[in-house]
Amino acid sequence: MIRMSMGYRAFNAFNILFLIALSFACLLPMIHILALSFSGSSEAGAGLVKLWPVGFTTSSYEFILKKPAFLTSIGVTLQRVALGTVVSMFITLLVAYPLSKEAHAFRMRTVYAWVFVFTILFNGGLIPWYMTIKWTGIMDTIWALVLPSAVPVFNIILLLNFFRGLPKELEESASIDGAGHWTTLWRIYAPLSMPAIATITLFTIVNHWNSWFDGLILMKSHDNYPLSTYLQTILVGMDLTSVTGEALNDLREVSDRTAKAAQIFVGALPIMIVYPFLQRYFVKGIVMGSVKG
Amino acid sequence: MILPGLALILIYSYVPFFGLTMAFQKFLPARPFFSNPWVGFEHFRYVWDMPNSLRVLWNTLYIASLKIVVGQLVPIAVALMLNELRKEWLKRGVQTLIYLPHFLSWIILGGILIDILSPSQGIVNQLLGVFGLEPIYFLGDNRWFPFTLVLSDVWKEFGFNTIVYLAALTGINPSLYEAAVIDGASRWKQTLNITLPGILPIVVLLATLSLGNVLNAGFDQVFNLYSPSVYESGDIIDTLVYRVGLEQAQYSVATAIGLFKSIVSCVMISLSYFLAYRLANYRIF
Repeated sequence: MIRMSMGYRAFNAFNILFLIALSFACLLPMIHILALSFSGSSEAGAGLVKLWPVGFTTSSYEFILKKPAFLTSIGVTLQRVALGTVVSMFITLLVAYPLSKEAHAFRMRTVYAWVFVFTILFNGGLIPWYMTIKWTGIMDTIWALVLPSAVPVFNIILLLNFFRGLPKELEESASIDGAGHWTTLWRIYAPLSMPAIATITLFTIVNHWNSWFDGLILMKSHDNYPLSTYLQTILVGMDLTSVTGEALNDLREVSDRTAKAAQIFVGALPIMIVYPFLQRYFVKGIVMGSVKG
Repeated sequence: MILPGLALILIYSYVPFFGLTMAFQKFLPARPFFSNPWVGFEHFRYVWDMPNSLRVLWNTLYIASLKIVVGQLVPIAVALMLNELRKEWLKRGVQTLIYLPHFLSWIILGGILIDILSPSQGIVNQLLGVFGLEPIYFLGDNRWFPFTLVLSDVWKEFGFNTIVYLAALTGINPSLYEAAVIDGASRWKQTLNITLPGILPIVVLLATLSLGNVLNAGFDQVFNLYSPSVYESGDIIDTLVYRVGLEQAQYSVATAIGLFKSIVSCVMISLSYFLAYRLANYRIF
């Protein structure tokens, strides 16, 4: 910068302060909840806790780690994340590969592409969707959380566009060497698309971790609730009976509020752990998807 | 190769289309689609006569439009401000923090908001108390609820669009700025005459694509934050469908409302894609 006017400097100082304040606005609620979860129940109830635990105790965590419903829900979530991510990634690759071909190589390509894209434009709505899942007989099983969302059309488009950016010569030389489509996909396209696949895999994992609505309406037994659904029922749902009943039996150190804070934090923790990785691929992912030239 | 995916999408996305016939039928449990007696548009008339149906439609449009407008303007402003930062580590740090909430679900954020906005114990109302203000019941007061929804949604999502705009900003040719500096343009003039026109195509594109969301006021968010006391200002089409369909088991009525939403959304999304293609030459595949 050649000249720095007073006005510009003042703006700069304000700008830095404002942006730092904005970042803290995104972080402070989380820190407040973390502080609450490590605070004693009476201190939390009296409103003494700001950003640092008051009356430090880990009893809220000890309390939630002994709750069977909390632990089983984590088990269900891990199961759905593992199964759901594998199934959904497998299908994403299998669908993106043929659709990335030109129309003269794969004649029905445009028709199939529209079959998939049309589901973005129009959907049957909640009730018919629910009835269909009921009709396929997978209600109350882990498959209800996996199969209905196993074909992520947006991810398929993302990967399809990435496949199209790969040099065609690779595929041609592979086919001259006698590779079929199956081999070409797994030995050439998949390894070359690792950045895109990693991005989409992370998105899928986060989606499965965060999904709660399908668990709420497709699972009849509370033992089959994934963690997000379980948290929904205790944090924001109207289901107050189970929480207060359990909390009353416990020692006075744990209040409903600190236990909730601890569970919020455990629910958010895995996302925060994968977040640095998400963030690294994230910009690439968005640029790939939305600002494609 | 395409078969497994095709089969799944046919079952879980196309079979429900047949279920839409329920909207025109008298629904009797345990009978397959089509075999129920037809009643024409009776369910639609019933919905039209419901006392709160117009209210719900208005709430949906109002909340969704506010979210679209504010949710577009804030990221542009923040991206421009971030672009003025000279220290790379600070820029990266701010970026990292502002899009963390995007990845957390409305369950987690709902749990946090309910705690911090609570009128008796919440830290936000404690803070207002310091300034001598009366506690505000953000989630239970019809005057405040829509704004709480919009503000918390923008808070969750503005980091995401900021990144998109920042990516667009890096695409602007640096020699334009160099030329402007030689001509003696101030930073403000540079922003006005180079940066803003430079990101205009992306702004137009994202604004057009968001048209498809005018009936999406955000089910996850509203469902996890509302309560009967704010139905008047916060009940939206999706939550109404849920309550009518799955809580009261009036399947046909809920399907009729859902069908209305699907058709309007389909038209709006198609229109937005068409406009995006015309205005920005944007194609999704």
